[in-house]
Amino acid sequence: MLRTVGRYSLSIVHELGDFALFTGQSFRSALGARRLGRRIVRAGFEQGVRCLPVIVIVGMFTGLVLGLQGYYVLNRFGSESLLGTLVSLSLIRELGPALAALMLVGQAGSALAAELGIQRNTEQIAALETMGVSSHAYLVTPRLLAALVVYPMQTALFVTVGLWGGSLSGSVLLGLEPGVYWSSVEHAVKSQDVRECIIKAVTFGLLTISLCAYHGFNAHRCSSATGARAVSASTTRAVVQSSIIVLAADYIITSFLV
Amino acid sequence: MGAESNQTMLLSIEGLFKRFGDNVVLDGASLNVPRGSLVTVLGRSGAGKSVLLKCLADVVQPDAGSIHFDGKALGVGDAAARADFRRRCSFLFQSNALFDSLTALENVALPLEQTTDLPDKEIRERSLEALRQIELEAHQDRYPSQLSGGMQKRLALARAIVTRPELVLFDEPTAGLDPLRRNAVFAMIAKYQRQFGFTALVVTHDLTEALIASDRVALLDKGRMCFEGTPAEFSASTDAMVGDFRDSADALGRTLAAIRRGEALQSEDS
Repeated sequence: MLRTVGRYSLSIVHELGDFALFTGQSFRSALGARRLGRRIVRAGFEQGVRCLPVIVIVGMFTGLVLGLQGYYVLNRFGSESLLGTLVSLSLIRELGPALAALMLVGQAGSALAAELGIQRNTEQIAALETMGVSSHAYLVTPRLLAALVVYPMQTALFVTVGLWGGSLSGSVLLGLEPGVYWSSVEHAVKSQDVRECIIKAVTFGLLTISLCAYHGFNAHRCSSATGARAVSASTTRAVVQSSIIVLAADYIITSFLV
Repeated sequence: MGAESNQTMLLSIEGLFKRFGDNVVLDGASLNVPRGSLVTVLGRSGAGKSVLLKCLADVVQPDAGSIHFDGKALGVGDAAARADFRRRCSFLFQSNALFDSLTALENVALPLEQTTDLPDKEIRERSLEALRQIELEAHQDRYPSQLSGGMQKRLALARAIVTRPELVLFDEPTAGLDPLRRNAVFAMIAKYQRQFGFTALVVTHDLTEALIASDRVALLDKGRMCFEGTPAEFSASTDAMVGDFRDSADALGRTLAAIRRGEALQSEDS
């Protein structure tokens, strides 16, 4: 029993170390990478433009639900005027960065893990290495650097759409004066809240894209499956672990910043 | 090997050893590849041919042994020598390993884009030239999945030669192909090897085509090189292992004849 726990713990530590080295190598590879700019733009398009619909839709419904629930709760205390405060702070400090990151993991992260897994299986990654091309620099670095920009932008979009959703349910559907809603938003949000939001978005982007790339890149090392099943298993592991790490990192960052 | 023979050898492998767990795949394999020649390494499936090539291409690290390229040792930790080797060598995978999300032209341009500082215009011209030489210029905008198996093989070769390498490694280029396509692929390798002047090292188990197209052949068995010489020497060799491999078609004929006569079945029953 003790031996099993020890072996399992060691394997986790080993994988964490391997992941840290992988991420470090990916950033280091940026130094000698050729034509990195256009690959970053392409990665930004994949993570940004293709994920726009899901960010807008989920952001809108999150705002609508927050507006509805917030209005009914605040109405009990006669504090409907604070609806803007509740919606904006919830979105900017917690829900915006976390939900946007989870949506990006579901769309861009899973696609990245599956793509790299297939490229590993079909020897495309080995082909890059034999050509003298750094597979990290070509495949991972542009995605990581793009994520550092795309995640905060997508989060900002999510929060903006969410605020409009809150306004829609609070003002249009439930009759709260729009001026009251937007005024409370304006007074509630401080620069520190925006800073916290950006820190979270950048951290989630770095962790999730790196984790998804790590699992796809190492799909051949999957012990439980080979071939297409290994790609499927590594993609699933990438999405599950990324989702957990978003929530865990959210808690840790919040406890340090609050 | 003496210094004199080193001058004519582009690649020399000495005592290469590689094991995966308990499975010894290469057991002291040695091989010399003269500059400008087409050398074929023959061997049964599982003899270690692909691992030999992957050790050369740095995809797999050998456990022991030495590799000399153009007279210089390729040490495991010698990054500069390895980088120089990669720049001067190309590898053609058995699966072609083409990038399925890139067009034919983008596939060929990739090594130039990522390993040189050439301007975009020159990269495009050189890539188109490689496609033209390999007779695929009309298909430059197609994706690999839209090309036939033979075209994909040619595209992989175009990608391999666009950097003007001195050595091209071919891993089982005819695996899974019918006899007509096998002939076509070997003819293509021989044609372009002479046209572009690179040194070719091919691993395969297709004996007939290898003997016709190659300048030299070697036979790998159980991780060791048990023959190295010209095709004529291979055909005349009295070595038992060479004989087994060379006469495998005759052996099949004898077995089939025996089965038809019922001898094989009788001997199995007894």
